[in-house]
Amino acid sequence: MTGDLVLELRAAGRVHADGPDVVHALRDVSLALRTGELVAVMGPSGSGKSTLLHLAGGLDTPTEGAVLVEGTDLATLNRAELAAIRRRSLGYVFQDLNLIPALTAAENVALPRELDGVRARAARQEALAALTEVGVGDLADRFPDEMSGGQQQRVAIARALVGPRRLVLADEPTGALDSQTGEDVLRVLRARCDAGASGLLVTHEARHAAWADRVVFLRDGALIDDTGVAPPPEVLLGADGFG
Amino acid sequence: MYGYQLRHEFERSTGATWPLNVGQVYTTLARLERDGLVAQTGESDEDGKVVYRLTDAGHAELTGWFATPIGGADRPRDELAIKVALALTTPGVDVRAVLQTQRTATLRHLQELTRLKAVADGSEDTAWLLVLDSMIFRAEAEVRWLDHSETRLARRGTTSPPANRPGAAAPDPADAGAGDRAVPR
Ligand SMILES: Nc1ncnc2c1ncn2[C@@H]1O[C@H](COP(=O)(O)OP(=O)(O)OP(=O)(O)O)[C@@H](O)[C@H]1O
Ligand SMILES: [Mg+2]
Repeated sequence: MTGDLVLELRAAGRVHADGPDVVHALRDVSLALRTGELVAVMGPSGSGKSTLLHLAGGLDTPTEGAVLVEGTDLATLNRAELAAIRRRSLGYVFQDLNLIPALTAAENVALPRELDGVRARAARQEALAALTEVGVGDLADRFPDEMSGGQQQRVAIARALVGPRRLVLADEPTGALDSQTGEDVLRVLRARCDAGASGLLVTHEARHAAWADRVVFLRDGALIDDTGVAPPPEVLLGADGFG
Repeated sequence: MYGYQLRHEFERSTGATWPLNVGQVYTTLARLERDGLVAQTGESDEDGKVVYRLTDAGHAELTGWFATPIGGADRPRDELAIKVALALTTPGVDVRAVLQTQRTATLRHLQELTRLKAVADGSEDTAWLLVLDSMIFRAEAEVRWLDHSETRLARRGTTSPPANRPGAAAPDPADAGAGDRAVPR
C-alpha cells in the first residue's frame, strides 16, 4: 500500500512562533496522494493552503508530524539529498511564479533539467515540448518581461511539468488565466496525472478543482472536509443511463 | 414526428439529463392537439404510429418561446438560499456546517459533470456539451455564493445566534479553530 503513496502528510502541523504572536498556519493535517491522483485544496485566504504545499515540497518543515515523499521522511534527509529529491521528483508552480528574468522562457523551463544533468540540447527539446503542451511553444525565446501575465504563468507551469516529474505542486496556477486557458492548463495537469504523475493543486475556482479526483477543504489550518475519491466516468455513465 | 421520436430527439440534445417518460410525451401531445398547436397528419408510419406536425399557431408559439428570455420569477424557489437563511435564524443550527456540507456536495456534483465533459469533449455533440457547460457554470455559481456567504458570516463574527449550543457559544475568536472541527465529515 505505502509503496503506492507518492506523498504523505502525517498529522503535519506548522506553527510560526518567531513573530509577536503564535500562528498555527497548519494543524494536524493528514493527507495521502497516490500515484496518478490529482487532489485539489480549497479554503479561504489564510487557511494554510500555501503552507501545505510548501511542506509537501520540502520548502518548509513541519513543527509537528511528518512529510513523506515516495516513502522517505523528508526530515531524515540532509540538505543535498533534499535538494536532489526536490529537483528530480517535484515540480512546482508558485503563487508568485518565480521565473528568472534574465532567462528566456525555454531557458527557464530547461534549467531544472540541466541541473539534473540532462544535456543542454536535450533539455531544450524537453522544454519546447512542455511549452507547447501548455500552448506557449511559440514564445520559447521571449524573456518574462516580454510576455503577458497569463503567458508567464503558463511558462511557470511548463517548468513544473518538464521531464519525468512524479509529483506536481501547483499554487493557484490558473490565477492570471482566462477561463478557457485556465481550463486547458487543468486538462494538461489531468492528463499528466492520468499518465502516472500525481498532483496537488491549490485553487479557489471550483470549476478547476472539479478536475481533481478528490477535493479537500482547509479552514484555519485544519482539514475540515473531503469529497472522497470520486467514481470513474464509466460508473457515472452507467448509473445515469448515459451513452 | 411521433411520440417516441420526440422523446428520442429531446434526450439526444440534452444528454438524457432530464429523462422523459413516453406517457408524459403522449399526454403533452394530446393537450397540444386540443389547443390547436399540433395536428395529426393523417398518415401513420409502418408500425401504425400516429404522426404529428406543428400547426401555424404551434409554429408561432415555438418561435415565441425561443425568443423569450427566462425570467427569475419563472424559476422554482431557491431551496438552498431558503435553507441557509433559515439556518441563520434557527437557534442551535451551525450555519457554517450547513454551508460546508453543501459545498462538498456541490463540488462532488461538479466533479461528476467535469468527468462527463472530459468524456464528451472528443465527440461532436455540441448540444450536449452546451447543456453540460450550463450545469457546470450553475454549480460553480453555487459554490461562489457559498464562499461569499461564509466570508460574510465571518466578517459579522458570528455563526448563529448564541443559542443553546453546548460549548460553542464562546465569543473568543481564539476558539474559532476548535469550533471548526465540529463540522460533520
Ligand atoms: N512566516 C510566517 N510567519 C507568520 N505567519 C505566517 C507566515 N507564513 C504564513 N503565515 C500565516 O499562516 C497562515 C496560512 O498562510 P498561507 O500562506 O498558507 O495561507 P493560504 O491559504 O495560502 O492563503 P492565500 O489564499 O491568501 O494564498 C496565514 O494566517 C499566514 O498569515
Ligand atoms: Mg497561498
